[in-house]
Amino acid sequence: MTHHSKSLSGVAVAGAFAAALGLAATTTPAFAADEQEKCFGVAKAGANDCAAGAGTTCAGSSTIDYQGNAWKLVPKGTCTTMELPGGRKGSLTALDRDNPPA
Amino acid sequence: MTSDGLQREGAFAHAILDADAAVPAALAHRDGRVPARRFAVYRNNVYAGLINTLESRFPATAKLVGEAFFRAMSREYVETTPPVSAVLLNYGADFPDFIGGFPPASAVPYLADVARIEWAWHAAYHAADAEPLSQEALTALGARAEAAAFKLHPSASVVRSRYPVITIWELTMRGGEDEPVRLPAGGEDALVLRPALQVEVRRLPQGGAAFIDALMAGATLQDAAVAAAGQEPAFDLAANLAGLMRSGALAGTR
Repeated sequence: MTHHSKSLSGVAVAGAFAAALGLAATTTPAFAADEQEKCFGVAKAGANDCAAGAGTTCAGSSTIDYQGNAWKLVPKGTCTTMELPGGRKGSLTALDRDNPPA
Repeated sequence: MTSDGLQREGAFAHAILDADAAVPAALAHRDGRVPARRFAVYRNNVYAGLINTLESRFPATAKLVGEAFFRAMSREYVETTPPVSAVLLNYGADFPDFIGGFPPASAVPYLADVARIEWAWHAAYHAADAEPLSQEALTALGARAEAAAFKLHPSASVVRSRYPVITIWELTMRGGEDEPVRLPAGGEDALVLRPALQVEVRRLPQGGAAFIDALMAGATLQDAAVAAAGQEPAFDLAANLAGLMRSGALAGTR
């Protein structure tokens, strides 16, 4: 019984918290380096992931190629350098171009 | 709406769900005939739409029992549990419980838990975005951590299972059911969350589910640790905390 009360004293909890910080820091964080980013204006019609702008509600709902307010997950760092027909570029934020009429 | 209108609406809704019900009296062809065939088409479309929704929301569950079984089971569910919200995103929250109580599915005892993983995945995918606490913010808590009550990530939920449900779900989703695997002997508890753009399903260590449940209920770190150790003597606080920090499950303090 003493084992439990000892391991859960305030000192032990603080110690465990510090130890956990060390553990978390030395292991590659699984979440920090997300390998994908939301890229607006690059999805073909109907091939977007989820978005919430006017004229589009969710995955697969975009109606125009490269629709500006629809996004798609792409490998991180590739969004803004993507070459698209007509000199278009991808964007990390929603775009005004190629949107359906309101 | 008038009570007359409400009554008509109720009769219509009832007739849609009950395949044996007569066509609502208010419906008629222009020449007065009863539009039985057209109403049947409408009824079938309502069912098909909802069943398709369940099938795309619970793909591993569907794969485990096959399409025919899954659709038949879904039909029963739709009939007894029609949507209560116009938002289709919310439909199916209690489908796992339904599966758990559906006698024909009892031959696949882990099926309901696989469905719970899939519902947690779906809910996490559509949950609000939140930035997990950074290493710096956590370090800054220092000695105050033990008395702190953490806010868990809005997308986070826990699924407890007596079966190796994560392994089963993973194998099913990557089409590896035929691989010769040794399933883990015990159950697996899952933490499902979406710290950034991708939903993650993680295995919880012993006592992890009790620990997270206590934190979600608003307990301080100290009290949550006591609760978890009370349920699971092998509970390792440092390892559990490190797992939560790494997975981005801690989104703030209360």
